[in-house]
Amino acid sequence: MSTDKMFGEYGGQFVPESLMPAIEELTDAYERYVLDNEDGFMDEFRRRLADFGGRPLPLQHAESLSERYDTAVYLKREDLLHGGAHKLNNALGQVLLAKYMGKERIIAETGAGQHGTATAMAAAHLDMPCEIYMGETDIRRQRPNVFRMKINGAEVNPVTTGRGTLKEAISETMRDWATTVENTHYVIGSVVGPAPFPRMVRDFQAVISEEAREQVQEKAGRFPDAVLACAGGGSNTMGTFHHFVDDEGVGLYAVEAGGSSLQVDEVEGVAPNSASLSTGEEGVLHGARTKLLQDSDGQIMESHSVSAGLDYAGVGPELAHLVDEERVEAVNVDDDSALEAFHRLSQDEGIIPALESAHAFGYLEEHHDELGDVVVVNVSGRGDKDLETVLEETEKRDLDVAPDMSVLRDAAGSGGDL
Amino acid sequence: MGLERVFADGPAFVPYVAAGDPSYEESLEYVEALERGGADVIELGLPFSEPIAEGSTIQEAVVRSLEAGMTPDRYFEFVEDLDVDVPLVCMTYYNLVAQYTNDETGERGPRAFAERAAEVGIEGFVVVDLPAEEAGPLREACDEFGLDLVFIIAPTTKGDRLEQMREHVSGYVYVQARLGVTGAREDVSDQTEESLARVADWDVPKAVGFGIKTGEHAERIVAAGADGIIVGSALVDIIAAGADGEYPFTETAQRLESKARELKEGALAGAEKRAATEQSD
Ligand SMILES: Cc1ncc(COP(=O)(O)O)c(C=O)c1O
Repeated sequence: MSTDKMFGEYGGQFVPESLMPAIEELTDAYERYVLDNEDGFMDEFRRRLADFGGRPLPLQHAESLSERYDTAVYLKREDLLHGGAHKLNNALGQVLLAKYMGKERIIAETGAGQHGTATAMAAAHLDMPCEIYMGETDIRRQRPNVFRMKINGAEVNPVTTGRGTLKEAISETMRDWATTVENTHYVIGSVVGPAPFPRMVRDFQAVISEEAREQVQEKAGRFPDAVLACAGGGSNTMGTFHHFVDDEGVGLYAVEAGGSSLQVDEVEGVAPNSASLSTGEEGVLHGARTKLLQDSDGQIMESHSVSAGLDYAGVGPELAHLVDEERVEAVNVDDDSALEAFHRLSQDEGIIPALESAHAFGYLEEHHDELGDVVVVNVSGRGDKDLETVLEETEKRDLDVAPDMSVLRDAAGSGGDL
Repeated sequence: MGLERVFADGPAFVPYVAAGDPSYEESLEYVEALERGGADVIELGLPFSEPIAEGSTIQEAVVRSLEAGMTPDRYFEFVEDLDVDVPLVCMTYYNLVAQYTNDETGERGPRAFAERAAEVGIEGFVVVDLPAEEAGPLREACDEFGLDLVFIIAPTTKGDRLEQMREHVSGYVYVQARLGVTGAREDVSDQTEESLARVADWDVPKAVGFGIKTGEHAERIVAAGADGIIVGSALVDIIAAGADGEYPFTETAQRLESKARELKEGALAGAEKRAATEQSD
């Protein structure tokens, strides 16, 4: 049992004692229902992922990108999952598990709002009351998702501490859980937190690579040379990598948010990036030992990324371990590169990606000639939630690929509605 | 003899404040005021940027202290600068223990942290996010340097877990009076007596904390069988009001001292009540 809590030296259960009994109960439920399919839990999960979620999802040959890079590029289309991101794979799994466990209430944190949205949908679908904690900064920059959560019947509780992003939202959800643990399940949104969350969330997300591994063999007739996924906490990342981990010839690239710079400001406690795998140090945050953005005393730094879903000072312990083992390569691209990639994919392929996912395409643009002949990229989500941010951030920059938005200004100028 | 000794002659009053809140100098005065008011052990918080078990009162104290420049090294200097005779317990979160580095030897982690703590005269630790399962390395370091490691028993801690913790705990056991996070409350939790009953036959003293605000609360909890009471937020609220300019710094110290006295007297009254009911039984 005890080795299961760890990935090498990462992982563990660093939480207040009041949460430990709930974590033991969850471990037991995870082993019985998820690992042993007790009471047909996994069958029901898969049925609901198909009927409610829309799985299986395509692996699409990207014609323009393939031509541009002279490489066969395949897109795993998690943006087509119900809700618009891979997050539902996990949210549906955990809300269903909470039901099997007899819990009566769901809480979750959210950064980009995609996990909150997916959890609110799953909770409405399975008739569970649901409350979502979201930082104020993120509420401002991901408004469409706030509407969606409310419309699905969830409460959205703003978190005002710190910078008001994902880190604070997780801390605040843990505080709620410490109070309500007897009847409430905390649906954590990524492969982070105390054991068994990192393993369990990975198992729910592993359907991505289970499908993609079959599909790429069908379509390309071989294994890919490289698989790319963006990494915030790392759930789409581990989901996309999991079934390829034992395929030695397949390079796995976790693309982090390089933000505006990889340098950190120790005095202010700010890292203008979220590249915890690339630049972080081992430490303990939110229940797990992992790689963190922290100062030399161990205080956690405020991270930054143009994409709310990657804006986090920690990362899943399994990813930290796979990077140490040199099985996964930790790479990053900056805000500018992600924005350019956002526009490029929208224009060349007709797919508006989430800003998170755009990071993986930024890396493809910069390094396509090192990635081999067949490349799979996970489109972890769609970008509707990001349109306001993208317009704003694009205005500030001089990007070659950005569309001309003067039509909006002209219409506003002539008295029309915006 | 470790921290147990403090509980030997009567109920102990154990206040908590965050070191350096709202500034280094003021905080020194405040801790000394708590001793004058009757503190028997002081839990001195070493602030961590992600205090996941804390309610808003202590979260804000942590922010004030960090903004005023508190760091682990400053904290140990603070303890050296303090002029108090009662034992001090360091209350913190594990990442600060894990990252602590001895600048001379380069050693990093629990052993380096415990060594430095012992050197400045700290007698024990409460590490909020370190359950017994993960406590091995710090437990060893505590044994090496003669420090106590206090564990928190939650209302949800039962069965095997309770037995495990009994083996690891030393100094005193921190009985969490209610589920949730820290913060002063208007009432005494019904869970208190039940929680005390679960550890009644343990041979370490039992100190109850979470939500205690008044002398009357203190009295009821000691009457119910506690050997000590731990009070944080009700004291930090006084510091916060002072930091907000509601009253001058000297008055903050006086208010802390009289609040401490109220709580200590409440605890003493509770002990008398208990003795009286035990006699009449
Ligand atoms: C579309 C999308 N991709 C990726 C992420 C990052 O999360 P993770 O690294 O856990 O996949 C998010 C998080 O909100 C997201 O919304």
